[in-house]
Amino acid sequence: MSPRSKMILGRVAQAIPVVMGVVVISFLLTRALPGDPAAYFAGPAADEASIAEIREALGLDKSLFQQFFFYVGDLVRGDLGTSLTTGQTVTSDLAARLPASLELTLVALLLSCAIAIPLGVLAATRPGTWVDHLCRVLVTAGVSMPTFFTGIALIYVFYYIAGLAPSPLGRLDFIYLSPQHVTGFYLIDAALAGDLETWIAALKQLILPATTLALFTLAPIARMTRAAMLSALSADFIRTARAAGLGSRKILYGYAFRNALLPVVTTLGMVFSFTLGANVLVEKVFAWPGIGSYAVEALVVSDYAAVQGFVLAMALLFVVLNLIIDIAYALIDPRIGLK
Amino acid sequence: MNDNSRRNFLKLTGGTVGAAMLPFLKVLPAQAQSSGTLVVVSGQTINSLDLHRTGTNRASYQVAVNCYDRLVSFGTKEAPGGGLSYDYSVIEPELAESWTISDDGLTMTFQIKSDATFWDGRKVTAADVKWSFDRAVSAGGFPTVQMRAGGLERPDQFEAVDEETFVITLDRPSKLTLPDLAVPVPFIINSEVAMANATEDDPWAMEYLHTTPAGSGAFKVARWEQGQQLVYERNDAWVGGPLPSMERVIVREVPSPATRRALLERGDVQMSFNIPNRDAAELSDMAGIDVYSTPIENCIHCLCPNFAFEPFQDANVRRALAYAIPYEAIFQTAAYGRGVPMWGGEDEITDVAWPRPSPFATNLERARELMAASNYASGFEVPLSISLGLADWMEPTALLMQEAFAEIGIITEIERIPGANWRTAALVEKSLPLHLENFGGWLNTPDYYFFWAYKEGHLFNSSNYRNEEIEQLVDDTLHMAMDNPAYAPNVMRMFEIAFEDLPRIPLWQPALNVAMNGADGYEFWFHRQLDVRPLSTTST
Repeated sequence: MSPRSKMILGRVAQAIPVVMGVVVISFLLTRALPGDPAAYFAGPAADEASIAEIREALGLDKSLFQQFFFYVGDLVRGDLGTSLTTGQTVTSDLAARLPASLELTLVALLLSCAIAIPLGVLAATRPGTWVDHLCRVLVTAGVSMPTFFTGIALIYVFYYIAGLAPSPLGRLDFIYLSPQHVTGFYLIDAALAGDLETWIAALKQLILPATTLALFTLAPIARMTRAAMLSALSADFIRTARAAGLGSRKILYGYAFRNALLPVVTTLGMVFSFTLGANVLVEKVFAWPGIGSYAVEALVVSDYAAVQGFVLAMALLFVVLNLIIDIAYALIDPRIGLK
Repeated sequence: MNDNSRRNFLKLTGGTVGAAMLPFLKVLPAQAQSSGTLVVVSGQTINSLDLHRTGTNRASYQVAVNCYDRLVSFGTKEAPGGGLSYDYSVIEPELAESWTISDDGLTMTFQIKSDATFWDGRKVTAADVKWSFDRAVSAGGFPTVQMRAGGLERPDQFEAVDEETFVITLDRPSKLTLPDLAVPVPFIINSEVAMANATEDDPWAMEYLHTTPAGSGAFKVARWEQGQQLVYERNDAWVGGPLPSMERVIVREVPSPATRRALLERGDVQMSFNIPNRDAAELSDMAGIDVYSTPIENCIHCLCPNFAFEPFQDANVRRALAYAIPYEAIFQTAAYGRGVPMWGGEDEITDVAWPRPSPFATNLERARELMAASNYASGFEVPLSISLGLADWMEPTALLMQEAFAEIGIITEIERIPGANWRTAALVEKSLPLHLENFGGWLNTPDYYFFWAYKEGHLFNSSNYRNEEIEQLVDDTLHMAMDNPAYAPNVMRMFEIAFEDLPRIPLWQPALNVAMNGADGYEFWFHRQLDVRPLSTTST
């Protein structure tokens, strides 16, 4: 077995106790939430008998230990339960909504990186110039404007006034049918189906929400790139390289940038994880059927199965994300071993 | 509905390629309008296509209305505030051709329309009605409670005499039974389709009908993507009423009110259902947009002083509260003037109109006098509880009340309770000393309101109020016919006691706001959900 696959297996093994801990904690935390889902879902005119019936139907009349036992039993069989808020199984909800959020977040991050990293590099190589100031202004504006405000402002300008953007009606306008489900990413699914029209429509719907999120995530990435580049450029090895007469291009990209990439990748991982959970407001404004608004809706009404499913899915996602980042480290910096 | 491929959708919708298919191909919304498609946006999410299922939310009731038929329906009248409204006083046939009620009021015989068919072409029979009613009384939870309100409690009360004759036997005659057959709950299901998909654990096919309706109603569900959209498609063979003019209605879920408003103003959608009061007030001044604010029948926003909290056992304190409330300021701030004021009414009660304004109005002098005359002249502290789920009107109301109550020595702290806990704390445990409440009764008679909100132990009596005379009056009146000579005096006596004892201090009757841009025919219903059947588009 190659050292790399050994490392991956080792990391996955390490994740098992983490996931088990998440299962226990998410179960206990949801139960600790105040509120009675049975009373909530009994409907507008329920009496005590019907609330009791619903409590029994939901298994909430059992002891906490028994409930946990059933929950783990279902989990082992791959059954995450049924969400009361959406009426669907949590598995199908996650399958529909996680790709929607991932697609939005990934496109936003790509956009954000495409602007922030060059901007950070430029700002670091020309500190104090207009590029540096522009970087600072953009970064400050990006973080200081709440995402729902940016979102509504973009809708107002580009949809309401200018009429350039399509209706902010979620992932696809109502005149299109969603492409056949393969990955759940509309851009990929539409491309697989060879349906250019739907692909363009899905992309158009993505532009405004992705820009909103990108503006918000610009700041940490640009700042981190700038700082990392500044410290790399003032390092001894750069001075040595300059003294040895290497070309400035080679110095900048071959040596300084590669060294500066490590903290940037770390930041990227963090930004990705918090955006995925925290883009609730963007999802609401753009009617985006994503995971953030799903979790919040579920939390508000103490929808246990949905909250637990969400936490578990996020935990697994982060295990994978950390793995990817570790592998990326190893690729960027050969000094970091694969053990 | 999980298979999203375009090819399967085409198959699913049958051979109606042509005008009916156009909206799903590349066309602009303007063209979609002319080809019979209407787009509605709403902030609510539909979580089931079966009202009888445990956990089905309010927004989902619209599927029972639009896709299923009941035996009877309500008539239509002009609504106050513009547009149309259902008419509680007129019962019209839907699936029933005609009906007779025996002289003792205990036996109701329905003749089912002989040309009524389900979507699969099978004739609607009395056996289907019997199966559907059995299901509603056996499902438990809300449907069973609502059936019981009309005296429909057990399967043995329902009998399919022959293919087209259905008989209900009642334990006692009640004026609520016939109207209760017209609420969304007793809808008629294609029992053969349902039973073919039932299992031993699930004899009522809850899992199947949850995602796949099987009815005879005006619209079929062409597509349901939970959290995104529901697409209704017209059933051309419908006999329950006049054939809808729209071939397809798309209900799109858009959580943000600002986005919904932008979509409506731009004309990309024709209707925005249940908009905030503020948007209603602002949109009603705009050209080309019609706003309907219909006062919700039998519904009142109230302040409830809880009798379990000692100072509120003092009648002077409760009356002081009623005089201290800045009604007009609250109505303008929290409701933007949408709805009907429920203060400053006549002292004397001479009719059975309900909701009716209380005889109280803002009068701080009077409030101070009453406080001085009470056992709590030096004032007291009490939390004023509101639900975060209803914060749009409760929060401004509570803030204005807090300020006013401080003037008479009642120091309040506003306690914001999350939506999930609200029902438990306010209605089930009834543990909130002072809180806001907004019960509305589906069946539109005052005694029905009193049954839920003034009888001890009943869910919406969150003030823990008990009055022997009210208990007796409600029991006597609830099933009494409205033309009974004792009815009006009984109801008027209830009003007198309610305003004397003040367990609920009326504030205003809220309105349901709907805005339309290029659509017409909106009709208000007590269930506060969208009936898409009468809607049409206006040519622009």
